[in-house]
Formats: sequence, structure tokens, C-alpha cells
Amino acid sequence: MSQWTLFEVFIRSKHGLNHKHVGSVHAADAEMAIENARELYTRRNEGVSIWVTPSAQITATASDEKEALFDPSEDKVYRHASFYELPEEVGHM
Amino acid sequence: MQKYDDLTEFVLRMGDSALIQAQRLCEWTGKAPALEEELALMNVGLDLVGQARNWLDYAAELIGDGTDADALAYRRDERNYRNVLMVEQPNGDFAVTMLKQFLYDVWQFHMLSKLRESKDDRVAAIATKSLKEVTYHLRRSSDWIKRLGDGTEESHQRMVKAIDDVWRFTYDFLQLTEQENALIDSQVIGDVRDVAAQWQTKVNAVFVASTLTVPKPAEPFYLNSREGVHSECLGALLAEMQYLQRAHPNASW
Repeated sequence: MSQWTLFEVFIRSKHGLNHKHVGSVHAADAEMAIENARELYTRRNEGVSIWVTPSAQITATASDEKEALFDPSEDKVYRHASFYELPEEVGHM
Repeated sequence: MQKYDDLTEFVLRMGDSALIQAQRLCEWTGKAPALEEELALMNVGLDLVGQARNWLDYAAELIGDGTDADALAYRRDERNYRNVLMVEQPNGDFAVTMLKQFLYDVWQFHMLSKLRESKDDRVAAIATKSLKEVTYHLRRSSDWIKRLGDGTEESHQRMVKAIDDVWRFTYDFLQLTEQENALIDSQVIGDVRDVAAQWQTKVNAVFVASTLTVPKPAEPFYLNSREGVHSECLGALLAEMQYLQRAHPNASW
């Protein structure tokens, strides 16, 4: 157990198009991680597909990079489609 | 010992086996080697309680004297239980627990597969519903046999010892009684005559893949689960399981 790997679990629900992160499980390998994920996260009929990946394989942003990475987009309203006025002739897009 | 008609006896055998296996799994609550494993064991246990409920509901209807599934589970004495000997054996370590689960799953899987073809609608329906669950149980327990058998030196040794401990009870999976053969002949239940051979083939395959030696087929000895002659551990298990209904009959909440 102490040597087990932490895996992140992604489930695609019946009506969802994409897999969503739901949590993590410990397991000896990927195959066992799938089974453990099935036991923990699909007990109430939640899923039709499971992905697992070792947590260590995920590269994540660091919290101290938050300002540099995400704040600059705050004042750039022109990046949203709603910023632009559509000519009448275009109609609904 | 109470004897019922052939079909009732058979239905009790399926139901009692599921119930006692589930009760043994419950003993792992709070003690499993990992949180993930504990949930998995309890999920299997809950599946089996559901199956036991379906079988015992039907048995109660067949008996037809006003009894119900709860009374059958909580008020019957050891001598009237029909479960296979394997499921009543103590859990031992995790290797013994998984081995017992695996040997039982293989039997369940092949029995239920055939029972789907029963002329008796209820037996066919319960088998069809249960088989989906059992297919997964078998996948999981086979996987554990391979992990432990072909794992570390210690896990391998524990599996070898586990086989040594419980193999002698497996003859129970290999035999059919005259009464069961009569049910097959009249097609009331599906033809489960091949199950013994299928059980041996599957167990052999998984043991070989797990670097485990397959013992010789077990020979019957004086215990006879169909006659209610169980190993001594069933009494203790029932004493715990039935305590509340025995001490406070008809207690409910």
C-alpha cells in the first residue's frame, strides 16, 4: 500500500461529451486504478467511460505564477466575441 | 433438519451462499488494507446481499407458509443453511479472502450463466440480473489472484498457504445431487452439469497464469452442506449475524 501510486480519475458521464476530473485513487498500477475508480466514482450510475493517469504525470501551473499567467487577460475585453457590434445584415450568429 | 422440495432446496443453496459470502466480506469493514479496497469489498458484499434477497424472497414464496426472506436469513439454524462450504470459512489474511472470493466467483459465474436458460422464470430472471455483477466480481478476484500469486515472494507464499487452507472445501463446487439432476432433467433449472468442468478449467488457467500449482481435485469428506452438515465456523458466524433478531424478535426501525 505504501508503494501504491496516486492516480487522477476522469469520468465521462452519460450526457457529457468530455471526461471531467472527479478525484483521485491509490492503486498498484493503471489497471487497478481503473477498477478502484469504478468502485469509488461510478457507484451511483455516474459514468460510461473512465480515464486514469498517474498524478505525477500531470504538469500543473504553480500558484505563484497566477498573476503573470492569468491577470493580463482581465482587461482585454476585445477578446470576447460580445465586444464587437455586428452589422444588421449579419443577423444572429 | 428441515427438508423442502427440490427447487426450494436449490434456491436456498444459491441464496444462502451469496448471503454468507456477503457476511464474511462485511467483516473487513474498517480493516481492509486500503480505503479503495475496502470500498470494493463492500460493493461486492452489497451486490451479494441483493442477490441473496432475490433468492430468499423466492424461496419464501415457494415455502408458502408465511415466512419471508428476513425470517429465512435471521431465524434459521445452522443445520438448515444450504450454502457451499467455501463461503463460511474464516477470512484469514487478504490472500485467503481473495482466494475464497475467486473460487466462489468462478462457481457463481458458470452456474448463473447456465441458470439463465432455466424454464423457471424467476430462476432465469435472478440469474440474468446477478450475472452482470458476478462478471465484474470474477474479473476483480482473478486479477487479485494473479497479483498475489505472481507478486512478491511473500504474497506468493501467502497464496500457496491460502490454497492449502481452503482447497479441501472445493469438492462442494463439483458435485450435483440426485435432486439437482432431476431439476435439470425436467429443465426447471438450466443444465449446470458442465459447471464442474468449467470451474476446474477456469481455476487452472488463473492459477497457472499466477505461477500457482493446481492441487488435485478435492475429495468429499464428512461435511455435507446440502444436509446442513457445515464446518464449525458457520455457527459462530450466524450467532453474530442473527443476534439482533434472536434477542429482540421482530425488532425493526
